Amino acid sequence: MEAGIVATTYNLKEYLQGVIIARKHEIGLNDTPVVAQKRADAFELFCRMGFPHAALEKWRGTDLSRALNYEYQALPEQPSADIDIEKIFKCDVPHFETLLVSQLNGWYADRNNLLQVYPNGMIIGSLAAAFRKYPELVNAHYGKYADDKADGLTALNTAMSQDGIFIYIPDNVTVEQNIQTVNITDFKQNLFLNTRNLVILGENSHLRLVQCDDSINHDVTFINSVTEVKIGRNATLDHYKMQNKDDHTTLINSMFFHQDEGSSLSTNAISLNGGLIRNLSHVTMSGSHSNAEVYGLYLMDRYQHVDNQVFINHAAPECESRELFKGVLDDHASGVFNGHIKVHRDAQKTNAFQTNKNILLSDKATIDTKPFLEIYADDVKCSHGATIGQLDPEALFYIRSRGISEANAKILLMYAFAADVINKISIPELRQRMDDMVKKRLRGELSQCEQCVLNCSTHEHQKVDFKIDLSKI
Amino acid sequence: MLSIRNLHVSIKGKEILKGINLEVNPGEVHAIMGPNGTGKSTLAYVISGRDGYDVTEGEIIFKGRNILDLSAEERACEGLFLGFQYPVEIPGVSITNFLRTAINEQRKYKGLDPVPAPEFLAKMEEKKQLLELQDKLASRSVNEGFSGGEKKKNEIFQMAMLEPSLAILDETDSGLDIDALRIVATGVNKLRRPDNSTVVITHYQRLLEYIVPDVVHVLFDGRIVKSGGKELALLLEEKGYEWIRSES
Repeated sequence: MEAGIVATTYNLKEYLQGVIIARKHEIGLNDTPVVAQKRADAFELFCRMGFPHAALEKWRGTDLSRALNYEYQALPEQPSADIDIEKIFKCDVPHFETLLVSQLNGWYADRNNLLQVYPNGMIIGSLAAAFRKYPELVNAHYGKYADDKADGLTALNTAMSQDGIFIYIPDNVTVEQNIQTVNITDFKQNLFLNTRNLVILGENSHLRLVQCDDSINHDVTFINSVTEVKIGRNATLDHYKMQNKDDHTTLINSMFFHQDEGSSLSTNAISLNGGLIRNLSHVTMSGSHSNAEVYGLYLMDRYQHVDNQVFINHAAPECESRELFKGVLDDHASGVFNGHIKVHRDAQKTNAFQTNKNILLSDKATIDTKPFLEIYADDVKCSHGATIGQLDPEALFYIRSRGISEANAKILLMYAFAADVINKISIPELRQRMDDMVKKRLRGELSQCEQCVLNCSTHEHQKVDFKIDLSKI
Repeated sequence: MLSIRNLHVSIKGKEILKGINLEVNPGEVHAIMGPNGTGKSTLAYVISGRDGYDVTEGEIIFKGRNILDLSAEERACEGLFLGFQYPVEIPGVSITNFLRTAINEQRKYKGLDPVPAPEFLAKMEEKKQLLELQDKLASRSVNEGFSGGEKKKNEIFQMAMLEPSLAILDETDSGLDIDALRIVATGVNKLRRPDNSTVVITHYQRLLEYIVPDVVHVLFDGRIVKSGGKELALLLEEKGYEWIRSES
């Protein structure tokens, strides 16, 4: 039996319930009354629903039972005030100017400066600190977009999360810098983490947000992350989620976007590695003339599993949504794509398009792809398409006939397949880096020291040169 | 350069080539003509090493070496080039990157260092002018969204960059208007050297007005039934393939 697995007597749900009850005061230390009430309700829901299981339609393709069978520590301590986050993580994407916001084991890492207010009025910092300092903002948005009733894990997060990142962009503010959040886990034992983020974009504001997930430890980690994002009237958000976790990590990444009239969202989840990754993009278009682009790329091998759940909730007329998800699966890797589009009766003149394309490189790799269109309006344009295939033998021969080896020809074709999604990245430096990362991933060169998503150079590891070697691609 | 001796090829048990003999010397241009479905493309594919064909008898000697055991990429590195009838689109990969990769892999095979960037770019520039290619073409993805003419020009451009000893051009004239045909043919003619050879596979005599062959072969029902000088192409044009059918 593998170390860390307790097969019979252990029950994670009961354990977590016990922790929530025993440490209720500590968990809810900073809660506003509104947050406290949501927490209590969510706890009830979690007790009732428990963890998701394969009998639920939306979890049919993703089996959590193995990940839930480890013994975890659930409430990691706050980082100490003198921690130097730069020593643990330093992003070295060339010319990638970002405002780096770090989380360590779920906690906002800069303990000396929990909330930073910028000259333009932007606020960035700890969500727990925001509970105390900005209760009116928190009460107006917290828990409004995440759907605790729909999923036991979301409910657990609301019940148990202690901290996360809070970002507030005031009306009419265009944030020039890219904001990059990095969620680092560094823990000596198996860790179960509930992190919670809240992002509020005021009217006519503009933000580019890059969320990265990194791990330093190689113990078993279960991250249950919930992020709520409010996009105000005519605001735009350009959002990226970069995932390159080790094979011991389970990452549940639930994003709840709420769009007001005339707003634009572009979100792109790039999953390069990870034991089990589930991305939920839940987009509610509550105001007319808004626009959502939801993209994803996944490159999985070994026994990795990736699950992309998209729910586009067209609740207002004359909105447009576009989904493009592409994936390459090798070895015994498995994938799920579930694209749910709901068009409400009043949401006339909706345009909703969905595409999911997959390449299976081995006969043991699997993909379960399912579009689900629920349309109650009569004047809409909706389309969906899913493909599963292998590399085109004609194209392989074409490339090989130029003198390129079969192995490199395959990489080239896979890269060509992935390029569609990479090209949607509108930040040039990030696109360049992701392009390199994808090439490295496809060549099997994304090694242990690069298990962090944007090639962090930790104190233990040498810096890695990322120059593209044109002789290989 | 190329000697094909008694080549028999089957696809899934069905014999397509029934004993081909062909001798191409350095500096020569050969044309292989014949009606549809007689094995012209099969011959091109078998020489260049495509999977899926069973060579049941015979041999293909290229520059003194039997190449039947070599992979497609090894044959390319040995100096073979196939201009495709239907070039494949590769979105996301620029022609520049594609060609640089190909050239460097071929150099690696020969034990040479990668081509220095300035040298590579200068060569691109030279060959682009040769084929009257637009500047922006090289930064576009390989064949993606190209017109039929652009695709064929791009095939000859790749040939110019890779400098093969033997180029096989499979129906390069199909889908070309008269201007594109002239440019493609001029490119092929300018690339002609005493030490390289070209095999042009074509259905019509038209291309041979621009690329004048030394030898014309007529492929019919898996065999070369007639060989002769360039006048054979004219005779074929005049009398049609029915004439061959009645003669064979």
